[in-house]
Amino acid sequence: MKNYDLIRHVKGESQFVDDILVPEGLLYASVSYSKIAHGELININIKDAIKIKGVRGIYTVRDIPGENQIGGIVPDEVLFATDRVEFIGQPIAIVVADSQLIAMEAARKIEIEVNELPVITDPREAFKADQLIVPPRTFNLGNIDECWHQCEYIIEGSAESGGQEHLYLEVQGAFAFPVEGGGVKIISSTQSPTAVQRVTARILNLPMHKVEVDVLRLGGAFGGKEDQATAWAVMAALASFKLNKPVKLILPRQEDMIMTGKRHPYSSDFKIGLNKGGKIIGYEVTFYQNAGAAADLSPAVLERTLFHCTNSYYIPNVKATAISCKTNLPPNTAFRGFGGPQAMFVIESAIYKAAEEMGIDPLEIQNKNLLDEGDEFPYGQKTENCHAKITWRRVEEKYNITEIRNSVNEFNNNNNIYKKGIAFMPICFGISFTNTSMNQASALVHVYTDGSISVSTAAVEMGQGVNEKIRQVASKVFSVNIERVKTETTNTTRIANTSPTAASSSADLNGKATERACLNILAHLKVTAAEILNASSSSHIVIKDEIVYQDGTKTNLVWNKLIKTAHLKRVNLSSHAFYATPGIHFDREIEKGKPFAYHVYGTAVIEVTVDCLRGIYKIDSVKAIHDFGKSITPIIDLGQAEGAIMQGLGWMTIEEIIYDKKGELLTDALSTYKVPDIHFTPDVQIEFLKNSENPFGIFKSKAIGEPPLMYGIGSYFAIMNALKQFRPDARFNISAPITPEKVLLNLYSKVYANIPIQ
Amino acid sequence: MKTKIKFICNSENVSAEVHPGLSLLDFLRKNLALTGTKEGCREGDCGACTVLIGEFGGKEISYYSVNSCLFPIGDVNGKHVVTVEGINTDELTIVQESFVEEGASQCGFCTPGFIVSLTGYFLSNKIYNPNDAIDSMDGNICRCTGHSSIIRAAQKSAEILSGNITNHIDHISALIKSGLIPDYFSEIPKRLKQLKQEKISEEEKVVPNFYIAGGTDLFVQKWEDVLKNDVKLLSSNGISSTIIEENGKCIIGAAATVSDLINSDIISKYLPHLKEQLKLFGSLPIRNTATVGGNIVNASPIADITIILLALNVVVHLKKENNERKLFLKDFYKGYKTLDLKEGELVDCISFDYPAGNSHFNFEKVSRRTYLDIASVNSSIYLEITDDSIITAHLSAGGVAPIPLFLKKTSEFLNGKTITADNVTEAAAISQTEISPITDARGSADYKSLLLRQLFYAHFITLFPDKMNVKELA
Repeated sequence: MKNYDLIRHVKGESQFVDDILVPEGLLYASVSYSKIAHGELININIKDAIKIKGVRGIYTVRDIPGENQIGGIVPDEVLFATDRVEFIGQPIAIVVADSQLIAMEAARKIEIEVNELPVITDPREAFKADQLIVPPRTFNLGNIDECWHQCEYIIEGSAESGGQEHLYLEVQGAFAFPVEGGGVKIISSTQSPTAVQRVTARILNLPMHKVEVDVLRLGGAFGGKEDQATAWAVMAALASFKLNKPVKLILPRQEDMIMTGKRHPYSSDFKIGLNKGGKIIGYEVTFYQNAGAAADLSPAVLERTLFHCTNSYYIPNVKATAISCKTNLPPNTAFRGFGGPQAMFVIESAIYKAAEEMGIDPLEIQNKNLLDEGDEFPYGQKTENCHAKITWRRVEEKYNITEIRNSVNEFNNNNNIYKKGIAFMPICFGISFTNTSMNQASALVHVYTDGSISVSTAAVEMGQGVNEKIRQVASKVFSVNIERVKTETTNTTRIANTSPTAASSSADLNGKATERACLNILAHLKVTAAEILNASSSSHIVIKDEIVYQDGTKTNLVWNKLIKTAHLKRVNLSSHAFYATPGIHFDREIEKGKPFAYHVYGTAVIEVTVDCLRGIYKIDSVKAIHDFGKSITPIIDLGQAEGAIMQGLGWMTIEEIIYDKKGELLTDALSTYKVPDIHFTPDVQIEFLKNSENPFGIFKSKAIGEPPLMYGIGSYFAIMNALKQFRPDARFNISAPITPEKVLLNLYSKVYANIPIQ
Repeated sequence: MKTKIKFICNSENVSAEVHPGLSLLDFLRKNLALTGTKEGCREGDCGACTVLIGEFGGKEISYYSVNSCLFPIGDVNGKHVVTVEGINTDELTIVQESFVEEGASQCGFCTPGFIVSLTGYFLSNKIYNPNDAIDSMDGNICRCTGHSSIIRAAQKSAEILSGNITNHIDHISALIKSGLIPDYFSEIPKRLKQLKQEKISEEEKVVPNFYIAGGTDLFVQKWEDVLKNDVKLLSSNGISSTIIEENGKCIIGAAATVSDLINSDIISKYLPHLKEQLKLFGSLPIRNTATVGGNIVNASPIADITIILLALNVVVHLKKENNERKLFLKDFYKGYKTLDLKEGELVDCISFDYPAGNSHFNFEKVSRRTYLDIASVNSSIYLEITDDSIITAHLSAGGVAPIPLFLKKTSEFLNGKTITADNVTEAAAISQTEISPITDARGSADYKSLLLRQLFYAHFITLFPDKMNVKELA
């Protein structure tokens, strides 16, 4: 079996938006954006720009026929600035020209007049100024106020975690062209075709059926194209609609980095209480989420932060409050993990600080508080098929933790400059959109008269291998060679009202819908086969490996013949089917319910070496036991885990987003924003947890996209552990990412103060 | 400005009339509709646009990888350009097959660049080992896989090909037979010879607005300006790229690339560790195009090669038509991006005295990411020592001043000193008085000051491990 997407990829044949052969008369678009982070917009001057030869049109808010509103959860975000600008990178206008170069030059010539207002980039400052996106939310379990007297140790502290640039290799982009009847068709690099369709219809004042959105594949997304692909597609559509010409809008990398939101930085306060034996009795936490200038997906990200505030641990008394703070930065957005990693980082920080106070290794506290079967989460759901402890134990055994610890100790005793550190990182991640209504999907399956099969679903292929998983589903249900199955582009005319491809759930939801559609057709085929074979009922019929069996006996009826005959007998060889995850619910009034279909568990141990002279480090290894359920495509799932881990490591270590006080992004290029490269790659070992079957996933598998990212959090604490070996008495602040700069300043800031500098 | 070019792209002969400063990437994607080569960043930092350039180096054609986003189309004249499409055969190649089997591709956007880089490794080397194969992809970023599967694919390819290719006389035929590259490669030498190499016609009297050497920084900063102006490609302007020894001196042509330095036996003989240290410079495709002269003239305060050359106390040879002028590199920089360079003067070559037998050299660089990153601070040291005393000291530091800095006072202080922790500590303190770092995306001013002190210690700990340790200094 070969993943046919990969065969195209390695030959360079896979097409992305910018690769599609362009029609005659194509025009290129470029976006003009605010260079000021906050102010009243007095005037937009396009005089110089419009004069440039080759410019075909410049469109601002005045040219929008419908409503200037692109907000998804909260209607608080405009497509083009109207009377104020709220972040650097906020779109002001779109320029359309004969070439990309002309469009870019003209966009730079557009000037705006702004009455500048104070700029806030810090979430706590925004909170003090009462700048909130939505009202704060609090989850409670047990009785936090009554629990502290039971604690032997109470530790308070704070933790910072930084943003993260998605750095999908394919930048944001779309291509739009007019279609007859006053409609528009958009080829978009989006995780949310329906969002693009809905917002385009709203902006252009069209019914949704006049807007067709098609998605072939994405060159990476990671959440960055869930809500934030929409604006560019809509702009291309607007220009195309106005000029009645095809228009392509591809953001240059730097503009992509400046204009789009990233993973939310969080600033958090915690208080953790433990008894003498290291059992966590109480945990109180307040998360200040840096949402940026508009809601985007921040309220949903905030919610998931609350869901994952206790990670893999059972804590009887919890109070978790999350506050979404409005700042003058681009609206931050979905990024693999969706607020979960930020929450887990804080509980791990609290455990680290508690261990420091207690003079023990953090893993002793981690180990003692792992979730057990039937334990209650702060949101009321109880664990089922809980694999927290089993993965931890298996890590200890499989990777011989005693030996690792001994060799680390020996290394540290023999080295002055280099120090090694290790950390454990257990994870528990809930699967389902936390907005229950989004857990729906549909599939359209056709069997053609030559026996080949076409499947359309709501899932967008973006490297996660969902196409291949869907092919597996169809080929297994029909029991035919997988080569017969083709997955189609994601298209709003074939599959309507789609949820975004997100929340790790696209294979589950769309796979289940595909399974149902295939089962519908299969039922018709069995009836047909029974007729052909004169069987009394279709219950006697089984199709296996493209051959029809009657009462367990092989017949001469094969797939191709069956299909041809069925068509002649006027049997429906197509089916559209729908799936909605059963049994999930959540009541936001009381903040309790069963929001997740299931949880994914796992544990990793991370080993690092720090060069304590130069302040640099190498992540040596990440060794994990991960709960994949019963994986249907192990090679895809392994790749997802390896890739997610690397993004988690990057987030915790070298990936640093820096905005200055004026709200300007300093790390706006690949030369200043560094993601892990091939030399950064540690030895990654992942064992699939055995005997894990998940009744709620497609073919008993488990979702894989997001959870392994959170193993990366362990690298932060492994580095801290190594620093401790060099400076045993030091007390370090918790601030991720732990860049080489922070490592060196942590190690030497005190000593350093003694050196005179002129 | 337009110029005529002729080259072979994959299996096709191409002739065109274009601005010589147009990027090869744009030409491939827009003019030739070869969309397998992707634009990911347009600054040589992602490798999605990697292609191979083949040209005669001696009797055979040698292939090397470049970032097509930074490569001027004028420089492909008379050469063979290989994109991912030009690698495809009827079946998957060994490299492609390994990627598919290991799942070493997810979204697929970076994949053609990886395929080209790794294929280039097998084309341009005759002995394979897995680590070198992995190194050949140091200019490619994959955001999906985390690279583990790519490493496995490279190891697998290297393993298969090592078995197939052993000291074959005809390397290309052996690679074709092994299923690494398509048949047409065997005809390329003949076809390149046939291809009449047209000189790019220059308007001699017009002073160009841009001289382009490797272009690896110019194309990042000013690619749009390049297209609007007259340019002159130095590769076709008689600037040498050779590295020779002459009268106790080493002379490096300004057009020598960083890869030329790495591959030079002359350099290796006297600076044996430089080869390894230069892997911290850019990536393989960048090293294949970035030149010594360009690094010097670009005057970036953080230029790795310049920092090394400052410690070697090199002399810069300038030329303008028939006039020559020489000066020490340390005197070349007048201020931020300001040079002692007269209009029309070009850097022709650099020279330096061979390191003496009693000499010690070291280069240190710390960046956020170890590889393919620009330094927060870099530093180089050259010492000559007699009877435990330093008789010559040259120290340099980058990222701590508006110019690549020669640490004059610190170097003078060390002259005549013995190597003790006290002297090193004192010298480090003096170095702090010579610098003026600023806070930017590569670190705070405080960090850069501290880091320079640490790198200063690192020089001595690395060179004199018996005399110095971290505890005494830190």
